[in-house]
Amino acid sequence: MAMLEVRGVSRFFGGLAALTDVSFGLEQGEILAVIGPNGAGKTTLFNVVNGFYPASRGEVLFKGSRISGLQPHKVCRLGIARTFQVVKPLQRMTVHDNVIASAFLKAPKKAEAEALAVDMLKFTNLYDDRDVISKGLPLGKRKRLEIARALATQPEVILLDESFAGLNPTELNESIEIIKKIKAKGITIMIIEHHMKVIMAISDRIVVLNYGEKIAEGTPEEIRNNKQVVEAYLGEAQSA
Amino acid sequence: MKKYLPFALLAVLALLPLTGMSTYWLHIFILVIMWSVIGMAWNLLGGYCGQVSFGHAAFFGLGAYTSGILYQKLGVSAWWGLPLSVVVVSAGALVIGFICLRLRGPFFALATLSMGVILRVTAENLNWLTEGDLGIMIRERTWVDKTWYFYIILLIAAGTYLVVKWIVGSKLGYYFVAIREDQDAAESLGINTTLYKTIALCLSAVLTGLAGAFYTSYMGYIDPKVVFALHDISIVAIMVVMVGGVATFGGPIVGAFIMVMLAEVIRTIPKLGAAHHTLFGVLLIVIIIYVPNGIVGDLPKLKKVFGAGGRS
Repeated sequence: MAMLEVRGVSRFFGGLAALTDVSFGLEQGEILAVIGPNGAGKTTLFNVVNGFYPASRGEVLFKGSRISGLQPHKVCRLGIARTFQVVKPLQRMTVHDNVIASAFLKAPKKAEAEALAVDMLKFTNLYDDRDVISKGLPLGKRKRLEIARALATQPEVILLDESFAGLNPTELNESIEIIKKIKAKGITIMIIEHHMKVIMAISDRIVVLNYGEKIAEGTPEEIRNNKQVVEAYLGEAQSA
Repeated sequence: MKKYLPFALLAVLALLPLTGMSTYWLHIFILVIMWSVIGMAWNLLGGYCGQVSFGHAAFFGLGAYTSGILYQKLGVSAWWGLPLSVVVVSAGALVIGFICLRLRGPFFALATLSMGVILRVTAENLNWLTEGDLGIMIRERTWVDKTWYFYIILLIAAGTYLVVKWIVGSKLGYYFVAIREDQDAAESLGINTTLYKTIALCLSAVLTGLAGAFYTSYMGYIDPKVVFALHDISIVAIMVVMVGGVATFGGPIVGAFIMVMLAEVIRTIPKLGAAHHTLFGVLLIVIIIYVPNGIVGDLPKLKKVFGAGGRS
Protein backbone atom coordinates (compact mmCIF):
# COMPACT_ATOMS: atom_id res chain seq x y z
CA MET A 1 0.00 0.00 0.00
CA ALA A 2 1.28 3.42 -0.89
CA MET A 3 2.14 5.79 1.95
CA LEU A 4 0.43 8.65 0.19
CA GLU A 5 -1.80 8.35 -2.81
CA VAL A 6 -3.01 11.19 -4.98
CA ARG A 7 -6.04 9.98 -6.93
CA GLY A 8 -7.38 11.95 -9.87
CA VAL A 9 -6.92 15.29 -8.12
CA SER A 10 -8.09 18.45 -9.88
CA ARG A 11 -8.08 21.91 -8.43
CA PHE A 12 -9.76 24.87 -10.08
CA PHE A 13 -9.41 28.53 -9.25
CA GLY A 14 -12.46 30.00 -10.94
CA GLY A 15 -12.06 28.92 -14.56
CA LEU A 16 -8.36 28.19 -14.21
CA ALA A 17 -7.35 24.57 -13.80
CA ALA A 18 -4.26 24.58 -11.59
CA LEU A 19 -4.30 20.79 -11.42
CA THR A 20 -6.07 18.42 -13.77
CA ASP A 21 -6.62 14.78 -12.92
CA VAL A 22 -3.25 14.20 -11.28
CA SER A 23 -2.59 10.71 -9.90
CA PHE A 24 0.49 9.15 -8.41
CA GLY A 25 1.61 7.26 -5.34
CA LEU A 26 4.35 7.79 -2.81
CA GLU A 27 5.96 4.61 -1.43
CA GLN A 28 7.22 4.24 2.09
CA GLY A 29 10.78 5.51 2.51
CA GLU A 30 11.35 6.93 -0.97
CA ILE A 31 12.21 10.39 -2.19
CA LEU A 32 9.77 11.53 -4.84
CA ALA A 33 10.55 14.73 -6.67
CA VAL A 34 7.86 16.88 -8.27
CA ILE A 35 9.24 19.02 -11.06
CA GLY A 36 7.78 21.25 -13.72
CA PRO A 37 8.02 24.78 -15.13
CA ASN A 38 6.80 27.77 -13.13
CA GLY A 39 3.06 27.71 -12.69
CA ALA A 40 2.82 23.98 -13.37
CA GLY A 41 0.82 23.45 -10.17
CA LYS A 42 3.50 22.00 -7.90
CA THR A 43 2.81 24.18 -4.88
CA THR A 44 -0.94 23.87 -5.47
CA LEU A 45 -0.44 20.11 -5.30
CA PHE A 46 1.27 20.50 -1.93
CA ASN A 47 -1.50 22.79 -0.72
CA VAL A 48 -4.09 20.18 -1.66
CA VAL A 49 -2.17 17.34 0.03
CA ASN A 50 -1.54 19.45 3.14
CA GLY A 51 -5.16 20.58 3.36
CA PHE A 52 -4.84 24.30 2.67
CA TYR A 53 -7.02 23.85 -0.41
CA PRO A 54 -9.72 21.26 -0.79
CA ALA A 55 -9.42 19.24 -4.00
CA SER A 56 -12.06 20.25 -6.54
CA ARG A 57 -12.13 16.65 -7.73
CA GLY A 58 -10.40 13.47 -6.70
CA GLU A 59 -8.96 12.58 -3.34
CA VAL A 60 -5.76 12.18 -1.37
CA LEU A 61 -5.19 9.04 0.71
CA PHE A 62 -2.70 8.67 3.54
CA LYS A 63 -1.96 5.06 4.45
CA GLY A 64 -5.22 4.07 2.82
CA SER A 65 -7.54 6.57 4.49
CA ARG A 66 -8.85 9.71 2.91
CA ILE A 67 -7.29 12.95 4.12
CA SER A 68 -8.52 15.44 1.53
CA GLY A 69 -11.02 17.79 3.14
CA LEU A 70 -9.26 17.69 6.51
CA GLN A 71 -7.89 20.92 7.93
CA PRO A 72 -4.08 21.40 7.70
CA HIS A 73 -3.51 20.95 11.44
CA LYS A 74 -5.27 17.57 11.32
CA VAL A 75 -3.22 16.48 8.32
CA CYS A 76 -0.08 17.49 10.20
CA ARG A 77 -1.19 15.60 13.31
CA LEU A 78 -1.68 12.46 11.21
CA GLY A 79 1.96 12.67 10.16
CA ILE A 80 2.37 14.83 7.07
CA ALA A 81 4.55 17.90 7.64
CA ARG A 82 5.46 20.54 5.08
CA THR A 83 7.75 23.47 4.47
CA PHE A 84 6.91 26.60 2.53
CA GLN A 85 8.52 27.89 -0.64
CA VAL A 86 8.16 31.41 0.67
CA VAL A 87 9.56 30.74 4.12
CA LYS A 88 7.27 31.48 7.04
CA PRO A 89 9.40 31.65 10.17
CA LEU A 90 7.67 32.80 13.35
CA GLN A 91 9.58 36.04 13.00
CA ARG A 92 9.74 37.49 16.48
CA MET A 93 10.60 34.16 18.11
CA THR A 94 14.07 32.72 18.49
CA VAL A 95 15.08 29.81 16.30
CA HIS A 96 14.81 27.48 19.27
CA ASP A 97 11.32 28.73 20.18
CA ASN A 98 10.20 28.29 16.58
CA VAL A 99 11.05 24.62 16.73
CA ILE A 100 9.68 24.20 20.28
CA ALA A 101 6.32 25.56 19.08
CA SER A 102 6.05 22.75 16.56
CA ALA A 103 7.61 20.11 18.84
CA PHE A 104 4.68 20.57 21.24
CA LEU A 105 2.50 18.64 18.77
CA LYS A 106 3.92 15.26 19.76
CA ALA A 107 5.72 16.25 22.98
CA PRO A 108 3.15 17.92 25.22
CA LYS A 109 5.52 18.47 28.15
CA LYS A 110 7.71 21.54 27.83
CA ALA A 111 10.97 19.80 28.77
CA GLU A 112 10.33 17.11 26.16
CA ALA A 113 9.49 19.70 23.52
CA GLU A 114 12.66 21.63 24.30
CA ALA A 115 14.80 18.51 24.08
CA LEU A 116 13.16 17.43 20.83
CA ALA A 117 13.72 20.91 19.41
CA VAL A 118 17.41 20.78 20.36
CA ASP A 119 17.72 17.43 18.56
CA MET A 120 16.13 18.87 15.44
CA LEU A 121 18.34 21.95 15.54
CA LYS A 122 21.44 19.77 15.75
CA PHE A 123 20.09 17.58 12.96
CA THR A 124 19.75 20.60 10.66
CA ASN A 125 22.98 22.29 11.83
CA LEU A 126 21.12 25.23 13.34
CA TYR A 127 22.08 24.59 16.94
CA ASP A 128 24.61 27.43 17.03
CA ASP A 129 21.91 29.85 15.89
CA ARG A 130 19.35 28.72 18.45
CA ASP A 131 19.11 32.07 20.25
CA VAL A 132 18.88 34.21 17.12
CA ILE A 133 15.53 35.94 16.52
CA SER A 134 14.46 34.19 13.34
CA LYS A 135 13.67 37.45 11.54
CA GLY A 136 17.44 38.07 11.35
CA LEU A 137 18.34 34.70 9.89
CA PRO A 138 19.80 34.54 6.36
CA LEU A 139 17.72 32.76 3.73
CA GLY A 140 19.72 29.54 3.70
CA LYS A 141 19.23 29.06 7.40
CA ARG A 142 15.58 30.03 7.23
CA LYS A 143 15.05 27.26 4.72
CA ARG A 144 16.68 24.85 7.13
CA LEU A 145 14.59 26.23 9.97
CA GLU A 146 11.52 25.30 7.94
CA ILE A 147 12.85 21.76 7.70
CA ALA A 148 13.72 21.62 11.41
CA ARG A 149 10.25 22.83 12.31
CA ALA A 150 8.56 20.31 10.04
CA LEU A 151 10.70 17.48 11.45
CA ALA A 152 9.88 18.49 15.02
CA THR A 153 6.28 17.43 14.39
CA GLN A 154 7.75 13.91 13.96
CA PRO A 155 6.12 13.25 10.60
CA GLU A 156 6.04 10.08 8.52
CA VAL A 157 5.90 12.08 5.31
CA ILE A 158 7.56 15.43 4.77
CA LEU A 159 6.73 17.76 1.89
CA LEU A 160 9.64 20.03 1.00
CA ASP A 161 8.71 23.00 -1.16
CA GLU A 162 11.83 24.34 -2.88
CA SER A 163 14.08 23.92 0.11
CA PHE A 164 17.10 24.44 -2.14
CA ALA A 165 16.09 27.56 -4.03
CA GLY A 166 18.44 30.48 -3.54
CA LEU A 167 21.13 28.56 -1.70
CA ASN A 168 24.84 28.89 -2.40
CA PRO A 169 26.86 25.77 -3.31
CA THR A 170 28.05 25.14 0.26
CA GLU A 171 24.54 25.44 1.66
CA LEU A 172 23.30 23.26 -1.19
CA ASN A 173 25.62 20.40 -0.23
CA GLU A 174 24.70 20.82 3.40
CA SER A 175 21.00 20.59 2.56
CA ILE A 176 21.51 17.52 0.37
CA GLU A 177 23.18 15.82 3.32
CA ILE A 178 20.24 16.74 5.53
CA ILE A 179 17.75 15.31 3.04
CA LYS A 180 19.74 12.08 2.91
CA LYS A 181 19.75 11.95 6.70
CA ILE A 182 15.98 12.47 6.77
CA LYS A 183 15.59 9.57 4.36
CA ALA A 184 17.87 7.43 6.54
CA LYS A 185 15.49 8.05 9.44
CA GLY A 186 12.81 6.30 7.39
CA ILE A 187 10.78 9.43 6.64
CA THR A 188 9.16 9.50 3.23
CA ILE A 189 9.95 12.64 1.28
CA MET A 190 8.12 14.49 -1.46
CA ILE A 191 10.13 17.40 -2.75
CA ILE A 192 9.51 20.24 -5.19
CA GLU A 193 12.71 21.39 -6.76
CA HIS A 194 14.07 23.26 -9.75
CA HIS A 195 17.67 22.39 -9.19
CA MET A 196 18.17 19.52 -11.65
CA LYS A 197 21.52 18.44 -10.32
CA VAL A 198 20.03 17.98 -6.87
CA ILE A 199 16.93 16.23 -8.19
CA MET A 200 18.87 13.75 -10.28
CA ALA A 201 21.21 13.05 -7.37
CA ILE A 202 18.76 12.39 -4.57
CA SER A 203 15.38 11.35 -5.94
CA ASP A 204 14.21 7.77 -6.40
CA ARG A 205 11.36 8.74 -8.69
CA ILE A 206 10.21 11.91 -10.39
CA VAL A 207 6.74 13.19 -11.28
CA VAL A 208 6.64 15.90 -13.93
CA LEU A 209 3.82 18.43 -14.02
CA ASN A 210 3.11 20.85 -16.85
CA TYR A 211 0.11 23.19 -16.96
CA GLY A 212 -1.41 21.26 -14.09
CA GLU A 213 -1.21 17.86 -15.75
CA LYS A 214 1.11 15.00 -15.02
CA ILE A 215 3.11 14.46 -18.19
CA ALA A 216 5.58 11.86 -16.95
CA GLU A 217 6.56 9.71 -14.00
CA GLY A 218 9.63 7.53 -13.59
CA THR A 219 13.19 7.14 -12.39
CA PRO A 220 15.60 10.04 -12.95
CA GLU A 221 17.09 8.09 -15.89
CA GLU A 222 13.70 7.64 -17.57
CA ILE A 223 12.79 11.28 -17.06
CA ARG A 224 16.08 12.46 -18.51
CA ASN A 225 15.31 10.55 -21.70
CA ASN A 226 11.61 11.40 -21.91
CA LYS A 227 11.03 13.50 -25.01
CA GLN A 228 7.94 15.27 -23.71
CA VAL A 229 9.69 16.31 -20.51
CA VAL A 230 12.75 17.52 -22.35
CA GLU A 231 10.53 19.64 -24.57
CA ALA A 232 8.50 21.10 -21.72
CA TYR A 233 11.15 21.58 -19.19
CA LEU A 234 14.61 20.21 -19.59
CA GLY A 235 15.19 21.52 -23.11
CA GLU A 236 16.68 24.69 -21.80
CA ALA A 237 19.12 22.83 -19.58
CA GLN A 238 20.38 20.69 -22.44
CA SER A 239 21.08 23.54 -24.79
CA ALA A 240 22.96 25.38 -22.08
CA MET B 1 16.67 40.96 40.92
CA LYS B 2 14.25 41.18 38.04
CA LYS B 3 12.71 37.88 39.07
CA TYR B 4 11.63 39.30 42.43
CA LEU B 5 10.28 42.58 41.08
CA PRO B 6 6.64 41.38 40.82
CA PHE B 7 6.75 40.08 44.42
CA ALA B 8 8.29 43.30 45.66
CA LEU B 9 5.62 45.30 43.86
CA LEU B 10 2.90 43.11 45.34
CA ALA B 11 4.34 43.55 48.85
CA VAL B 12 4.55 47.33 48.48
CA LEU B 13 0.99 47.49 47.15
CA ALA B 14 -0.28 45.25 49.94
CA LEU B 15 1.17 47.66 52.51
CA LEU B 16 -0.25 50.79 50.84
CA PRO B 17 -3.58 50.97 52.72
CA LEU B 18 -1.68 50.71 56.02
CA THR B 19 0.13 53.98 55.34
CA GLY B 20 -3.07 55.84 56.07
CA MET B 21 -3.32 57.42 52.64
CA SER B 22 -6.40 59.42 51.75
CA THR B 23 -9.51 57.73 50.37
CA TYR B 24 -8.95 59.54 47.09
CA TRP B 25 -5.53 58.00 46.57
CA LEU B 26 -6.78 54.57 47.55
CA HIS B 27 -9.47 54.99 44.90
CA ILE B 28 -6.84 55.89 42.32
CA PHE B 29 -4.82 52.80 43.19
CA ILE B 30 -7.89 50.59 42.98
CA LEU B 31 -8.51 51.95 39.49
CA VAL B 32 -4.87 51.40 38.51
CA ILE B 33 -4.99 47.79 39.67
CA MET B 34 -8.35 47.19 37.98
CA TRP B 35 -6.98 48.53 34.72
CA SER B 36 -3.89 46.36 35.13
CA VAL B 37 -6.19 43.34 35.20
CA ILE B 38 -8.00 44.47 32.06
CA GLY B 39 -4.68 45.30 30.39
CA MET B 40 -3.16 41.92 31.22
CA ALA B 41 -6.31 40.23 29.95
CA TRP B 42 -6.30 42.20 26.71
CA ASN B 43 -2.59 41.54 26.31
CA LEU B 44 -3.16 37.78 26.39
CA LEU B 45 -5.39 37.98 23.32
CA GLY B 46 -4.02 41.04 21.56
CA GLY B 47 -0.37 41.00 22.59
CA TYR B 48 0.47 37.31 22.61
CA CYS B 49 -2.10 35.79 20.28
CA GLY B 50 -2.10 38.80 17.94
CA GLN B 51 -5.90 39.15 17.81
CA VAL B 52 -6.48 42.86 18.36
CA SER B 53 -9.84 43.39 20.01
CA PHE B 54 -11.64 46.73 19.97
CA GLY B 55 -14.51 45.28 21.92
CA HIS B 56 -13.29 44.34 25.35
CA ALA B 57 -16.02 46.51 26.83
CA ALA B 58 -18.33 43.69 25.80
CA PHE B 59 -16.68 41.36 28.33
CA PHE B 60 -16.24 44.05 30.96
CA GLY B 61 -19.89 44.95 30.65
CA LEU B 62 -21.04 41.33 30.69
CA GLY B 63 -19.13 40.81 33.93
CA ALA B 64 -20.49 44.03 35.42
CA TYR B 65 -24.07 43.22 34.47
CA THR B 66 -23.78 39.67 35.78
CA SER B 67 -23.14 41.18 39.20
CA GLY B 68 -25.72 43.90 38.74
CA ILE B 69 -28.54 41.63 37.59
CA LEU B 70 -27.82 39.10 40.35
CA TYR B 71 -28.30 41.89 42.86
CA GLN B 72 -31.22 43.62 41.18
CA LYS B 73 -33.28 40.62 40.06
CA LEU B 74 -32.30 37.82 42.42
CA GLY B 75 -31.53 39.86 45.45
CA VAL B 76 -28.23 38.17 46.22
CA SER B 77 -24.96 39.92 46.92
CA ALA B 78 -23.31 41.45 43.87
CA TRP B 79 -20.11 39.69 44.92
CA TRP B 80 -21.59 36.43 43.61
CA GLY B 81 -21.06 38.07 40.23
CA LEU B 82 -17.34 37.32 40.49
CA PRO B 83 -17.68 33.52 40.23
CA LEU B 84 -20.80 33.61 38.08
CA SER B 85 -19.32 36.08 35.59
CA VAL B 86 -16.77 33.40 34.68
CA VAL B 87 -19.61 31.26 33.32
CA VAL B 88 -21.56 34.10 31.70
CA VAL B 89 -18.52 35.75 30.11
CA SER B 90 -17.16 32.42 28.84
CA ALA B 91 -20.48 31.76 27.16
CA GLY B 92 -20.48 35.27 25.71
CA ALA B 93 -16.90 34.89 24.52
CA LEU B 94 -17.71 31.60 22.80
CA VAL B 95 -20.55 33.22 20.86
CA ILE B 96 -18.49 36.32 20.00
CA GLY B 97 -15.51 34.13 19.12
CA PHE B 98 -17.62 31.93 16.89
CA ILE B 99 -18.65 35.01 14.92
CA CYS B 100 -15.44 37.07 15.01
CA LEU B 101 -12.57 34.58 15.03
CA ARG B 102 -13.17 33.44 11.47
CA LEU B 103 -12.02 36.92 10.48
CA ARG B 104 -8.40 37.99 10.49
CA GLY B 105 -6.53 41.18 11.31
CA PRO B 106 -8.45 44.44 10.88
CA PHE B 107 -11.67 42.57 10.12
CA PHE B 108 -11.49 40.83 13.48
CA ALA B 109 -10.88 44.20 15.14
CA LEU B 110 -13.93 45.73 13.45
CA ALA B 111 -16.12 42.76 14.28
CA THR B 112 -15.20 42.93 17.97
CA LEU B 113 -15.79 46.67 17.94
CA SER B 114 -19.29 46.08 16.67
CA MET B 115 -19.86 43.40 19.33
CA GLY B 116 -19.20 45.92 22.06
CA VAL B 117 -21.65 48.34 20.50
CA ILE B 118 -24.29 45.65 19.96
CA LEU B 119 -24.11 44.64 23.62
CA ARG B 120 -24.39 48.26 24.73
CA VAL B 121 -27.49 48.84 22.63
CA THR B 122 -28.93 45.53 23.85
CA ALA B 123 -28.35 46.48 27.47
CA GLU B 124 -29.96 49.87 26.84
CA ASN B 125 -33.11 48.30 25.45
CA LEU B 126 -33.54 45.12 27.48
CA ASN B 127 -35.33 47.06 30.21
CA TRP B 128 -36.89 44.06 31.99
CA LEU B 129 -33.44 42.63 32.65
CA THR B 130 -31.02 45.52 32.80
CA GLU B 131 -33.24 48.50 33.75
CA GLY B 132 -32.04 50.08 30.49
CA ASP B 133 -30.54 53.54 30.67
CA LEU B 134 -31.54 53.90 34.32
CA GLY B 135 -28.76 51.52 35.17
CA ILE B 136 -28.44 49.39 38.27
CA MET B 137 -27.65 50.83 41.66
CA ILE B 138 -26.23 48.71 44.46
CA ARG B 139 -28.04 50.34 47.38
CA GLU B 140 -26.21 48.67 50.24
CA ARG B 141 -22.44 48.99 50.00
CA THR B 142 -20.49 46.11 51.52
CA TRP B 143 -17.94 48.43 53.10
CA VAL B 144 -17.80 52.17 53.45
CA ASP B 145 -14.04 52.03 53.74
CA LYS B 146 -12.13 51.24 50.53
CA THR B 147 -9.45 49.06 52.09
CA TRP B 148 -11.12 45.72 51.45
CA TYR B 149 -12.03 46.64 47.90
CA PHE B 150 -8.36 47.39 47.42
CA TYR B 151 -7.29 43.96 48.70
CA ILE B 152 -9.92 42.14 46.62
CA ILE B 153 -8.83 43.75 43.35
CA LEU B 154 -5.19 43.24 44.34
CA LEU B 155 -5.91 39.54 44.79
CA ILE B 156 -7.61 39.38 41.39
CA ALA B 157 -4.65 41.20 39.82
CA ALA B 158 -2.09 38.88 41.44
CA GLY B 159 -4.09 35.88 40.23
CA THR B 160 -4.32 37.34 36.74
CA TYR B 161 -0.58 37.97 36.67
CA LEU B 162 0.17 34.39 37.68
CA VAL B 163 -2.29 32.98 35.15
CA VAL B 164 -0.81 35.06 32.33
CA LYS B 165 2.75 34.22 33.38
CA TRP B 166 1.97 30.51 33.52
CA ILE B 167 0.14 30.49 30.18
CA VAL B 168 2.83 32.40 28.32
CA GLY B 169 5.53 29.96 29.44
CA SER B 170 3.50 26.91 28.51
CA LYS B 171 2.44 25.19 25.32
CA LEU B 172 -0.54 27.55 25.12
CA GLY B 173 1.75 30.57 25.09
CA TYR B 174 3.93 29.14 22.33
CA TYR B 175 0.83 28.38 20.29
CA PHE B 176 -0.58 31.87 20.84
CA VAL B 177 2.64 33.53 19.68
CA ALA B 178 2.92 31.13 16.73
CA ILE B 179 -0.60 32.15 15.66
CA ARG B 180 0.32 35.83 16.03
CA GLU B 181 3.45 35.48 13.93
CA ASP B 182 1.99 33.43 11.09
CA GLN B 183 -1.38 31.79 11.17
CA ASP B 184 -0.78 29.64 8.08
CA ALA B 185 2.55 28.40 9.36
CA ALA B 186 0.98 27.65 12.74
CA GLU B 187 -1.81 25.71 11.10
CA SER B 188 0.64 23.65 9.05
CA LEU B 189 2.62 22.85 12.21
CA GLY B 190 -0.41 21.05 13.53
CA ILE B 191 -1.82 23.90 15.62
CA ASN B 192 -5.60 24.06 15.57
CA THR B 193 -5.64 27.83 15.14
CA THR B 194 -9.40 28.23 15.53
CA LEU B 195 -9.37 26.30 18.81
CA TYR B 196 -6.41 28.13 20.31
CA LYS B 197 -7.67 31.54 19.26
CA THR B 198 -10.96 30.68 20.97
CA ILE B 199 -9.07 29.66 24.12
CA ALA B 200 -7.14 32.95 24.08
CA LEU B 201 -10.35 34.91 23.62
CA CYS B 202 -12.16 33.08 26.44
CA LEU B 203 -9.29 33.49 28.91
CA SER B 204 -8.93 37.15 28.04
CA ALA B 205 -12.68 37.69 28.26
CA VAL B 206 -13.08 35.93 31.62
CA LEU B 207 -10.30 37.98 33.23
CA THR B 208 -11.82 41.19 31.83
CA GLY B 209 -15.23 40.07 33.09
CA LEU B 210 -13.85 39.63 36.60
CA ALA B 211 -12.72 43.24 36.53
CA GLY B 212 -16.22 44.18 35.37
CA ALA B 213 -17.90 42.21 38.15
CA PHE B 214 -15.61 43.88 40.68
CA TYR B 215 -16.44 47.27 39.19
CA THR B 216 -20.16 46.81 39.94
CA SER B 217 -19.54 45.95 43.58
CA TYR B 218 -16.98 48.69 43.99
CA MET B 219 -18.63 51.60 42.21
CA GLY B 220 -22.12 50.61 43.24
CA TYR B 221 -23.68 51.88 40.02
CA ILE B 222 -23.54 50.72 36.42
CA ASP B 223 -25.31 51.73 33.26
CA PRO B 224 -24.82 50.59 29.65
CA LYS B 225 -23.04 53.78 28.57
CA VAL B 226 -20.41 53.33 31.26
CA VAL B 227 -19.60 49.63 31.26
CA PHE B 228 -20.06 48.98 27.53
CA ALA B 229 -18.28 52.20 26.55
CA LEU B 230 -16.19 52.08 23.40
CA HIS B 231 -13.89 55.00 24.19
CA ASP B 232 -13.74 54.65 27.97
CA ILE B 233 -13.32 50.88 28.19
CA SER B 234 -12.44 49.19 24.87
CA ILE B 235 -10.06 51.84 23.64
CA VAL B 236 -8.50 52.48 27.04
CA ALA B 237 -7.83 48.74 27.37
CA ILE B 238 -5.83 48.92 24.15
CA MET B 239 -4.07 52.10 25.25
CA VAL B 240 -3.04 50.63 28.60
CA VAL B 241 -1.25 47.83 26.76
CA MET B 242 0.15 50.00 23.95
CA VAL B 243 1.56 52.57 26.37
CA GLY B 244 2.95 49.99 28.78
CA GLY B 245 4.25 47.44 26.31
CA VAL B 246 2.61 44.84 24.09
CA ALA B 247 3.39 41.22 24.98
CA THR B 248 5.31 42.08 28.14
CA PHE B 249 4.41 41.00 31.67
CA GLY B 250 4.90 44.40 33.28
CA GLY B 251 3.57 46.50 30.40
CA PRO B 252 -0.13 46.49 31.34
CA ILE B 253 0.70 47.43 34.94
CA VAL B 254 2.89 50.38 33.90
CA GLY B 255 0.34 51.33 31.26
CA ALA B 256 -2.55 51.22 33.73
CA PHE B 257 -0.65 53.45 36.14
CA ILE B 258 0.15 56.01 33.46
CA MET B 259 -3.31 56.03 31.90
CA VAL B 260 -5.20 56.39 35.20
CA MET B 261 -2.85 59.11 36.42
CA LEU B 262 -3.01 60.90 33.11
CA ALA B 263 -6.79 60.80 33.05
CA GLU B 264 -6.88 62.29 36.57
CA VAL B 265 -4.33 64.98 35.79
CA ILE B 266 -5.89 66.00 32.50
CA ARG B 267 -9.33 66.23 34.11
CA THR B 268 -8.03 68.87 36.52
CA ILE B 269 -6.84 71.14 33.73
CA PRO B 270 -9.47 73.86 33.21
CA LYS B 271 -11.21 73.81 29.81
CA LEU B 272 -8.77 71.30 28.27
CA GLY B 273 -9.93 68.65 30.74
CA ALA B 274 -13.08 67.91 28.76
CA ALA B 275 -10.92 66.99 25.78
CA HIS B 276 -9.05 64.16 27.49
CA HIS B 277 -9.91 61.73 24.69
CA THR B 278 -8.23 64.04 22.21
CA LEU B 279 -5.11 64.13 24.36
CA PHE B 280 -5.19 60.31 24.66
CA GLY B 281 -5.29 60.17 20.89
CA VAL B 282 -2.26 62.42 20.60
CA LEU B 283 -0.46 60.31 23.20
CA LEU B 284 -1.23 57.14 21.24
CA ILE B 285 0.19 58.64 18.06
CA VAL B 286 3.38 59.66 19.88
CA ILE B 287 3.70 56.20 21.43
CA ILE B 288 3.23 54.40 18.10
CA ILE B 289 5.83 56.57 16.37
CA TYR B 290 8.54 56.77 19.05
CA VAL B 291 8.09 53.77 21.36
CA PRO B 292 6.10 51.24 19.30
CA ASN B 293 6.83 48.48 21.81
CA GLY B 294 5.57 50.53 24.75
CA ILE B 295 7.46 51.82 27.72
CA VAL B 296 8.42 48.40 29.08
CA GLY B 297 9.11 46.93 25.62
CA ASP B 298 11.31 49.84 24.55
CA LEU B 299 12.94 50.39 27.93
CA PRO B 300 16.50 49.87 26.61
CA LYS B 301 15.82 52.41 23.88
CA LEU B 302 14.36 54.94 26.34
CA LYS B 303 17.29 54.51 28.72
CA LYS B 304 19.67 55.21 25.86
CA VAL B 305 17.84 58.37 24.80
CA PHE B 306 17.55 59.79 28.29
CA GLY B 307 20.98 58.55 29.34
CA ALA B 308 22.57 60.30 26.38
CA GLY B 309 20.51 63.42 27.02
CA GLY B 310 21.69 63.54 30.63
CA ARG B 311 25.35 63.40 29.70
CA SER B 312 25.37 66.03 27.00
